[in-house]
Amino acid sequence: MVRMKINGEWRDFSGDEDMPLLWYLREDAGLKGAKFGCGIAQCGACTVHVDGQATRSCVLPVSAVDGASITTIEGLSDGETLHPVQQAWVDEDVAQCGYCQAGQIMAVAAMLEETPNPSDEDIDQQLTNICRCGTYYRLRKAVHHAAALRKEDR
Amino acid sequence: MNGSSFAATRRDVLRYATSAGALIVAAPLSACSRRASDAESLDHGPQASVGAFVIIRPDETVLIAFPNPEMGQGVDTSLPMLVAEELGADFDKVETTQMPLELKFGDDGAITWKYASQGSGGSYSIVGQWEGLRIAGATARQLLVAAAAEELAVDAAELTVSQGVIRHEASGRERTFGAVAGAAAALEPPEEAPQLKSRDDFSLIGTPQKMKNARAIVTGKAIYGIDAELPGMLHAVIARCPYFDGVADSVNDSAARQVPGVYDIVKIERPPLDGPYGVQAEGYAVVAGSIWAAMKGREALNIDWNHGPYADETSAGFQAHCEELLSGQGQVVRDDGDIDAAFAAAASTHQGYYWQPYVSHAPLEPQNCIADVRDDGIDIIGPMQFPSSANRLVAETLNRDRLSIKVQVTRLGGGFGRRLSSDYVLEAALTSAAVRKPVKLLWTREDDMRHDFYRPAGMHHLRAAFDADGVLTAWTHRLASASKYYRRPNLPETDYWQAELYTDDFPAHLVDNLRVEYFSARSGAPRGSWRAPAHTANAFVVQSFLDEIAVARGEDPLALRLRLLGEPQELAYEQHGGPVFNPGRLAGVLRLAAEKGDYGAVMPAGRGRGIAAHFTFGGYVAQVVDVEVDADGQLNVSRVVAAVDVGTVVNPNGIAAQLESGVNDGLSTALRLAINIEGGRVVDGNFDTYQLMRIADAPREIETHIIDNGDEPAGMGEMGLPPLAPALANAIFQATGKRIRNLPIGDQLRA
Repeated sequence: MVRMKINGEWRDFSGDEDMPLLWYLREDAGLKGAKFGCGIAQCGACTVHVDGQATRSCVLPVSAVDGASITTIEGLSDGETLHPVQQAWVDEDVAQCGYCQAGQIMAVAAMLEETPNPSDEDIDQQLTNICRCGTYYRLRKAVHHAAALRKEDR
Repeated sequence: MNGSSFAATRRDVLRYATSAGALIVAAPLSACSRRASDAESLDHGPQASVGAFVIIRPDETVLIAFPNPEMGQGVDTSLPMLVAEELGADFDKVETTQMPLELKFGDDGAITWKYASQGSGGSYSIVGQWEGLRIAGATARQLLVAAAAEELAVDAAELTVSQGVIRHEASGRERTFGAVAGAAAALEPPEEAPQLKSRDDFSLIGTPQKMKNARAIVTGKAIYGIDAELPGMLHAVIARCPYFDGVADSVNDSAARQVPGVYDIVKIERPPLDGPYGVQAEGYAVVAGSIWAAMKGREALNIDWNHGPYADETSAGFQAHCEELLSGQGQVVRDDGDIDAAFAAAASTHQGYYWQPYVSHAPLEPQNCIADVRDDGIDIIGPMQFPSSANRLVAETLNRDRLSIKVQVTRLGGGFGRRLSSDYVLEAALTSAAVRKPVKLLWTREDDMRHDFYRPAGMHHLRAAFDADGVLTAWTHRLASASKYYRRPNLPETDYWQAELYTDDFPAHLVDNLRVEYFSARSGAPRGSWRAPAHTANAFVVQSFLDEIAVARGEDPLALRLRLLGEPQELAYEQHGGPVFNPGRLAGVLRLAAEKGDYGAVMPAGRGRGIAAHFTFGGYVAQVVDVEVDADGQLNVSRVVAAVDVGTVVNPNGIAAQLESGVNDGLSTALRLAINIEGGRVVDGNFDTYQLMRIADAPREIETHIIDNGDEPAGMGEMGLPPLAPALANAIFQATGKRIRNLPIGDQLRA
């Protein structure tokens, strides 16, 4: 039995604990925002927060999150008020197909907790999620914009 | 089947009043004037009707359904703009949604579009819907105005429409769309197509609009195929033969059937050797109660695969095969003037060989599809670029009536041409038919990368001749490649070139002696359309070759291009993107990109600035690329400045987005991407070896400059890509003196 807190709500899991967290979130918990892109932690489309850390859930077995607090894209905003990173993504009109963007947003949200005012070099080093549509130009602008929005919020 | 009884009459499709008092317009209208000339569109017959759904609710919201699948190219915003412009709606209040596939029997008894063409390919959505969707919006406006005129007891001609409000200027009275929607729904539809606005009166078309579904995306609520569900569905993954056209020698599925949750294992037959693809490969579908159980079941399968008829194929061997072919005489597919005499009389000649590898589409959402095959009908839900192709393939294979197969297109997590093929849809349908339950099929990344329809690989040989006055007198383009037309139904090999060489491309018509020659190479790798298909290869080789010529002649590369392009004129262009190519418009984007990108400025050591331009599917794009290459050969692409001429601009924000996408896709592909083949199978399976570009390598600056010339609109999904690789190679040459002739660049710049 694995207990985990997902978007503030405790849940129990009693199936195959080798199953990656991604499939638990998508198929059991009905949280489909995290996406399957590669299955080997390369692309980051499956990124969620595990105890605040951006984590690629496609390779993380459910057994590893017993007692952990997990936030998915569905739990990032404060009700109808978007998280600054989500707001920046809307403002800069980042998404194209949009498939990777939930993972990108979760990665950036966690990065800004550690690095609230990232330089372009920080972004290059810390953001390794793949966007197949190539939205990187707006994505970079949106990261800087999100950093500014976070400061305004405080 | 007799279609006449099914043919929709004007009245029964035109208006539906709902009990909620909404006006719903679905207007069947005459075909648009421009032909669909890409092969994918032609597969679906003539575009007999064009229209759209417009739903106007009493609360003033307007819902517009876009007919073409949305895969990131922005049609969920740009197509509704066409409707909303003529409707006079407040675009901020417009919601948009994907139209399900709607087919009907045409007057000739053949299946045709019920409302509008519904494929996404060939950068054709805006072109194909330009007239029809505006007429649909104008029709809805006409009904609303008529209803308001009746209520206000005034002549309809005295009413104006703006931002969802119908106003009688003389009396100052007005009615909102929502207030008259119910009454409008009860009116007789107009007999005549309404008058469309002149372009000077556009207030929405041409303004920058953000993507309509952005909020759903950033909150994780957008529904892709992989997110869709049907009640009671099972999950499936398929173990496919990794060898081209191979089959299983033996299959032991007893352990797989013991895996908890596994429901059944279904064999999927391989398509006939050298015959058209339905599915791509032989496979064994593991059907289970959950995706995880299906994956575990597949791992437990024990299959010995025969290595198939291409067991000896390797990437190196295929390249050598192409080189060998080029040493002989190919199929001459264009032969203007007397090429041999022109080369014999030349004052100077130039030649170059260039190589393009196989590459994969790798949309980030792997293939997936839900199929529910029942005796009374079939439901298909999934990400498809051509849902009508999927409908037809399933109908033909399962011997069903096409109208009994309902297809719902979800949002696509990328397409890039991969989802023009419907192999994964057929796999899902065959599996569902076998287990008689709804089945959701998922491909893993490895499935996707090893069972793609790859962009054709090939070797190009170009030659050019100049006379003593510097006039280009002869040009040959010889290509040995594995055509994507291989295994098309009823297509002889002598037609394979048509997918790989566009014989009206520059410099056709601008040089007296021109020969284009094709060599059909043998390969077992499945091939298909990859964003801007052959334009990627041909732009790279032609625009790189021009730079080589300029350097050899001591001419400025931009000046050489401009003098070869010459004055504006309308040249015949028969293939997709025609009927006209105007070299003056290509020169125009070159000049603008050069000006904005300061092309020709003196560059410091280790830096380079390259330029290239290409005409793709009706659109003209030029790019100036800046690079830095350090002493270790580390490449940094710092800036790309682009000029775009796609005629009348619908959504300039969308054009910039697609330009940026083309730049990054082109760069990613040029830097590291190649599909490697060993022993008749694809080696690469995931992003660890197939290294898509990440943000660190993406240009920090991308500028898009748009020429809005009021010409007929072209699309923008593909045009941004072809100029990137040659402009990059030309910049690298300036920075390093190294000429990139083989893609990808890989480690060629390392000392």
